[in-house]
Amino acid sequence: MASDEPPMAEDGLPPEVQPSPPVAPSPPDARPALSAAPEVVHRHAAITRITHWINVACITVLLMSGFQIFDAHPALYWGQKGADFDRHIFAWPGGIPHWATIPAWQDLTTGRIWHFFFAWIFLINGVVYLAYGLLSGHFRRDFLPTRHQLSHIGESVWEHLRLKFPKGEKAKSYNVLQKFSYIGIVILLPLMLATGLTMSPGMNAAFPWLLDLFGGRQSDRTLHFIFAWLIVGFVIIHLIAILAAGPINEIGSMITGRWKVEPEPHPVPPSQPEAAQ
Amino acid sequence: MNRTWGLSRRTALIGAAGAGGLLLTGCDQLSRSRSFIRVMQTAERLNLKTQRLLLGPQTPLAPEYTAADISPIFKANGSIHPAGDDYKRLLDNNFVDWRLTIDGLVAHPLSLSLAELRALPARSQITRHDCVEGWSAIGGWMGTPLNLLLKSAVVLPQARYLVFHCADNLGGGPGGLYYETIDLVDAVHPQTILAYDMNGQPLPVHHGAPLRLRLERQLGYKMAKYIMRIEAVEHYANIGGGRGGFWEDRGYAWYAGI
Repeated sequence: MASDEPPMAEDGLPPEVQPSPPVAPSPPDARPALSAAPEVVHRHAAITRITHWINVACITVLLMSGFQIFDAHPALYWGQKGADFDRHIFAWPGGIPHWATIPAWQDLTTGRIWHFFFAWIFLINGVVYLAYGLLSGHFRRDFLPTRHQLSHIGESVWEHLRLKFPKGEKAKSYNVLQKFSYIGIVILLPLMLATGLTMSPGMNAAFPWLLDLFGGRQSDRTLHFIFAWLIVGFVIIHLIAILAAGPINEIGSMITGRWKVEPEPHPVPPSQPEAAQ
Repeated sequence: MNRTWGLSRRTALIGAAGAGGLLLTGCDQLSRSRSFIRVMQTAERLNLKTQRLLLGPQTPLAPEYTAADISPIFKANGSIHPAGDDYKRLLDNNFVDWRLTIDGLVAHPLSLSLAELRALPARSQITRHDCVEGWSAIGGWMGTPLNLLLKSAVVLPQARYLVFHCADNLGGGPGGLYYETIDLVDAVHPQTILAYDMNGQPLPVHHGAPLRLRLERQLGYKMAKYIMRIEAVEHYANIGGGRGGFWEDRGYAWYAGI
């Protein structure tokens, strides 16, 4: 696997891109330098990669076991209370289909066992990731949009709608929309935990303000459900972007940390129009 | 180049679909594995320990509501009318012959009629009832603080749990009578009461007449209805299915604080 990859750019530029002395004119059949050696950068830290894949497993199990729990009473309410005889704001007749639940049959007990076990892993994993992101400066450095990015956000939206992604030097840092969605998910996931805990009668006694924050027990359950679907929305957009940007390179970078920068298509210099064949 | 990307995109999609399928069948296999379920159930112990730590020694109260918040119709779940002649006889006579027994690891076993319970100091509370299924209802409850009864019965030092023996037989079959256990930490909490009134009326049959437990910091399935006897024990492993309650024997968590 590694053998057919070009040498990494860590020890300086590969020979092909070393600037040649101006006195030695390049032979006319010189290979186009950059396309021969796609630059490989170190994109994701080990902690990011490990916590990312643990999170994938946790969110998948939490979502599907959460569907199972929802199916025990597939209606949503606003306020403190809500049951069969109260007015619901949403109902899913028959509940979410069981091909999407864990386990794949009506089983609230087992669904809860999965949900709470993976909630603990999700919590510990999330604490590790957030601590790393905050302390290492990863969030500040990589997630905060620059002033330039913010003022050119319209162009970025247009590029993304056409699934055109930055190449070359611009691709080495996150795009402004990418930054916003990562900031969003870093806020959304802790909110998921908070709304989950607020459904606990024990936590309600310990921290009654949580109920006030989310508008009551049943509002909180509704928000937990809405936030879950926002996460599904994030994952769908995330996956589309990965497929459009090149899944092997993107998924590979989240496993190995190394990411190939697709070179910018550079215009042919006007002085040698015949150089390229 | 474009061909390669197209191919890898297709590969990734097929890979993802395959991985998803494996995951689903894998989770179902694991759901059937008793040992895997047992491993995941260790989280319950963690939930209990964490919540006890957060709740601390100050025993904070569950939120209480106002009369305006009371649910117009309070959903009744589980047993809504115990079968059998014994309960029918008690009900027909308006529970005059009913007596609550408190025994087991206590120095002074008690036997109290409903009238005697009503003569004792009572606590009223309007609280929210959260069902494990996800719905909530708010009701007003009046009853005897359990702590008061435990003090007069004098619980022995080796006792750790209370077993609520109930009149209903939800599971069916002989000896399948409903039971539930709580520990003494929750038993002495000020909001833990044996309720005989609901919303200003005697407790209706479908909500557990003549007496039900209110355990406000846990889910509804812990709050036993149709209570006949409270037994103080050291362990519950030899009672019922051995997991501490009717629902617990069917896989639900013993600690239902979440």
